[in-house]
Amino acid sequence: MSNETATTTTVEAASADPSPQYGLGASLPPAEARAKTEGTFPYAADLWAEGLLWAAVLRSPHPHARIVSIDTSHALQMVGVRAVVTHEDVPGSAMYGRGTADRPVFASEVVRHHGEPIAAVAADHPDTARMAAAAVIVEYEVLDPVTDPEQAFEAEPLHPDGNLIRHIPLRHGDSEAAGEIVVEGLYRIGRQDPAPIGAEAGLAVPRPDGGVELYLASTDPHADRDTAAACFGLEPERVKVVVTGVPGATADREDQGFQLPLGLLALKTGCPVKLAATREESFLGHVHRHPTLLRYRHHADAEGRLVKVEAQILLDAGPYADTSSQALAAAVSFACGPYVVPNAFIEGWAVRTNNPPSGHVRGEGAMQVCAAYEAQMDKLAKKLGIDPAELRLRNVMTTGDVLPTGQSVTCPAPVAELLQAVRDFPLPALPKDTPEEDWLLPGGPEGAGEPGAVRRGVGYGLGMVHMLGAEGTDEVSTATVKVHDGVATVLCAAVETGQGFTTLARQIVQETLGIEEVHVASVDTDQPPAGPGCRGRHTWVSGGAVERAAKMVRTQLLQPLAHKFGMSTELLQITDGKITSYDGVLSTTVTEALEGKELWATAQCRPHPTEPLDEAGQGDAFVGMAFCAIRAVVDVDIELGSVRVVELALAQDVGRILNPAQLTARIEAGVTQGVGAALTENLRTARGLVRHPDLTGYALPTALDTPDIRIVELLEERDVVAPFGAKSVSAVPVVTTPAAIASAVRAATGRPVNRLPIRPQAAVVTTGQ
Amino acid sequence: MGQREGETGLTTHAPQAAQTVTLPVSLDEAVAALAAMPAAVPVAGGTDLMTSVNSGQLRPAALVGLGRISEIRGWQYQDGHALLGAGLTHARMGRPDFAALIPALAAAARAAGPPQIRNAGTLGGNIASAAPTGDALPVLAALEATLIIAGQGGARREIPVSHLLAGVEMLRAGELIGYVRVPLLHAPQVFLKATGRTGPGRALASVSLVLDPARRGVRCAVGAIAPMPLRPLEAEQWVASLIDWDNNRAIVPEARDAFGEYVAAACIPDPVPAEDGSVEPLPPAVLHLRRTVAALARRALGRALS
Repeated sequence: MSNETATTTTVEAASADPSPQYGLGASLPPAEARAKTEGTFPYAADLWAEGLLWAAVLRSPHPHARIVSIDTSHALQMVGVRAVVTHEDVPGSAMYGRGTADRPVFASEVVRHHGEPIAAVAADHPDTARMAAAAVIVEYEVLDPVTDPEQAFEAEPLHPDGNLIRHIPLRHGDSEAAGEIVVEGLYRIGRQDPAPIGAEAGLAVPRPDGGVELYLASTDPHADRDTAAACFGLEPERVKVVVTGVPGATADREDQGFQLPLGLLALKTGCPVKLAATREESFLGHVHRHPTLLRYRHHADAEGRLVKVEAQILLDAGPYADTSSQALAAAVSFACGPYVVPNAFIEGWAVRTNNPPSGHVRGEGAMQVCAAYEAQMDKLAKKLGIDPAELRLRNVMTTGDVLPTGQSVTCPAPVAELLQAVRDFPLPALPKDTPEEDWLLPGGPEGAGEPGAVRRGVGYGLGMVHMLGAEGTDEVSTATVKVHDGVATVLCAAVETGQGFTTLARQIVQETLGIEEVHVASVDTDQPPAGPGCRGRHTWVSGGAVERAAKMVRTQLLQPLAHKFGMSTELLQITDGKITSYDGVLSTTVTEALEGKELWATAQCRPHPTEPLDEAGQGDAFVGMAFCAIRAVVDVDIELGSVRVVELALAQDVGRILNPAQLTARIEAGVTQGVGAALTENLRTARGLVRHPDLTGYALPTALDTPDIRIVELLEERDVVAPFGAKSVSAVPVVTTPAAIASAVRAATGRPVNRLPIRPQAAVVTTGQ
Repeated sequence: MGQREGETGLTTHAPQAAQTVTLPVSLDEAVAALAAMPAAVPVAGGTDLMTSVNSGQLRPAALVGLGRISEIRGWQYQDGHALLGAGLTHARMGRPDFAALIPALAAAARAAGPPQIRNAGTLGGNIASAAPTGDALPVLAALEATLIIAGQGGARREIPVSHLLAGVEMLRAGELIGYVRVPLLHAPQVFLKATGRTGPGRALASVSLVLDPARRGVRCAVGAIAPMPLRPLEAEQWVASLIDWDNNRAIVPEARDAFGEYVAAACIPDPVPAEDGSVEPLPPAVLHLRRTVAALARRALGRALS
């Protein structure tokens, strides 16, 4: 069967069901799609207020230095400058941070990374603000930076809290266990930047009551408000965060290092203050994926069944803790991947360095270990002479198996089915029968590729991620649904970051109430909290809250009718705005049933609690998990080392498809981010200084770099504890793609490929040298 | 409090508008405008200049826009040469009619970046910026192109492009690159570029190779690995002597491989031996670059002679 036929079959199978126009399962387009396409959608950088001032932040040019003095007098004397703020102007808490408040608003005594904020200026023109920021005179005593995380243990403490942020020594099973076959490896994962297409921007507007309103592209508005209020020395009620259009978020996109100066300047000047970061500032300011060093030893029996895994995982957190603790927990817990491993001894550390700060980027921790354990599986397969897919099949976990943390996997874990689906999918045709000019060679259409030097490789990756916050995080979201005049409105502080939450919320209400016209209100912190938009939270927790609220409204709407006709509300049905009974006796419309009333209901969703990992790394730390299998096909020019990913075939465990078009888009986006991590994306540093903080130096995948993405199978096995049974879909393709691509490059070249992104010299096959 | 739609006059990285923008329609007018405002900066496509302006590194007091000078946006023939206007865009040079004339320059123009850059960036700008990764530069070096420089009062002088790139001769104040004079060789020419990725990217190394059958010569230049294109002259002469010019330009395959190594070793030489005669091995990254240059040069010769 040719490739083309296979694709068509998949498409037909998907469209065989009469696809609904709205409600769950429909490919409802996003409400803001048109505005975004036409360029009229207002993002944070488009904000404007009468009489606004412009802010600029002075950032450290050194990765590590002692601040001897800060002189703002020259900057203040400049015409047009209205205020300069430094650490001395922070009225409230001088420190902030997610989890641990270990990061100063402005550096006061020491700077710990290149780009750390030291002062901020408000002026009547952006150029004036920038020049004034440059005119703040800072005297530094430059210190040696600690840039090698392995040196962090022995180095002088970079921070009063010490250099070790967290250590998890996971011990599971028998440490004496040994296998006949042992493979070892050392792996390095680079620093992926979330590189949101819209850089950070915001507007702060002072309020007459002495408070301030922050208009931000925040993905966690309540947390940002609480941080800001603490630093401004204000009650949380006097700080309001209003969420504006979010131009891309695959991580904690917001750098609070600019939000806080913005608010301080607005409070100090009494004027609205705006800031829009340059690309360079964006790269320097926000958090990155943890660069990771991994050392692995896998033991297996002669048939290739895993006996024991030993690993050491070292996360480079940069100077501040941020979410490193969570990333480390994920890395350690998933260090063996979706395989049955009876004995596991995983030691993980997150340490401080003077490198750029790390934090939450989707697939945190899980992506780094996936690249390493899959490399180990390839090594094992090679050593045993077993087909790599077959070796993996002999070890995959399923529902009921136990993670190295001792937690039983109770959710659907159809890993074997996923792997078989991608393995059995027809391979893309070799271009030998097509004219040479039609073959897109590694190096691109105008590159130097030569067919004779190209080798094709096929590789596999199996990945897993957890959904929602782990280790006892209180995951809760609140939503309100209102129905009036036949129109429903959802109020929920879950931020639409492009992930499609507002579309999903509309679909949930449509499904529950049978009303097609549903609006989702914009988000601010006057609404109850919904938490951050990460780890598939909003589909689960906020979607769950919306569903509950909609069901409560439904009961309110139907109760009087049901009572009147002497039947229970379950026997009534709402479709297309019409209410009918099961027997067809009753037929009325929603508008009539409402009789001009407004119905409101507010509900919360709080999944079952989790527990922290104990001192041996054991505990039921995760609410749920999602899995994915990817088969990568690559072409490698073995002389130049250029890699082109030809095709990525993916099978994913999605629980339930709520919006097919959106689901496909999320998976394709995740895969593309994974392609970047595999081949080009690495924010380079030299002795702690960020090199090339721009989109020429930091190469994001373009359409030419992105392969054909074949979604072979979306396995719908509902997760009973999740609302609707749906699983998080965006993160697991990011986690798995780099591992699969590395595996394919290994197959094409025979080289070990133990570093991400894959550098050309790692994919060159040399003879002799 | 409101949100602006459409008009983006308020983005913060918009540069403070230059005080004066002049848009001359002829080369002499442009030169005169530069003479009148010595602080003015000429701008063609702006693909390099404007990034410096946007990042605040450059704050030109005035700009002289070269986009309306129609005389430098095309080309003409001149005694066996093509006289290329400095205002030719990469997009224009990438088209088939131009490719039939100077194939290597067309290939370099097509590889010079994404369509937005190719539509704006110009040949003259590529030379004036003289970035090591400028894709047109190794081609011009291999073609031994010369530049026609326009000066005040209609003055014209001609300098080899390599002199400008090497800093042997400089543009004087108020001068502009008017034209690039390129020989028409009527023989295969190749430009190859390694970027390490499939999408458009800066060259890690590039090689341009042109055949000059009339003089029975091979000329080759390597770009992106040094501040200016490098010419491996000995390797060129050596390989030219091995080509059977009268018999379909045949060459033995071993010579092709050896040419690649020769070019690579000439451009990235081994370190000077220490006093005891020991030689430090090249660092892995440099070794990879040398292998890349060797592969590119070998492939370029193979394609030119095929």
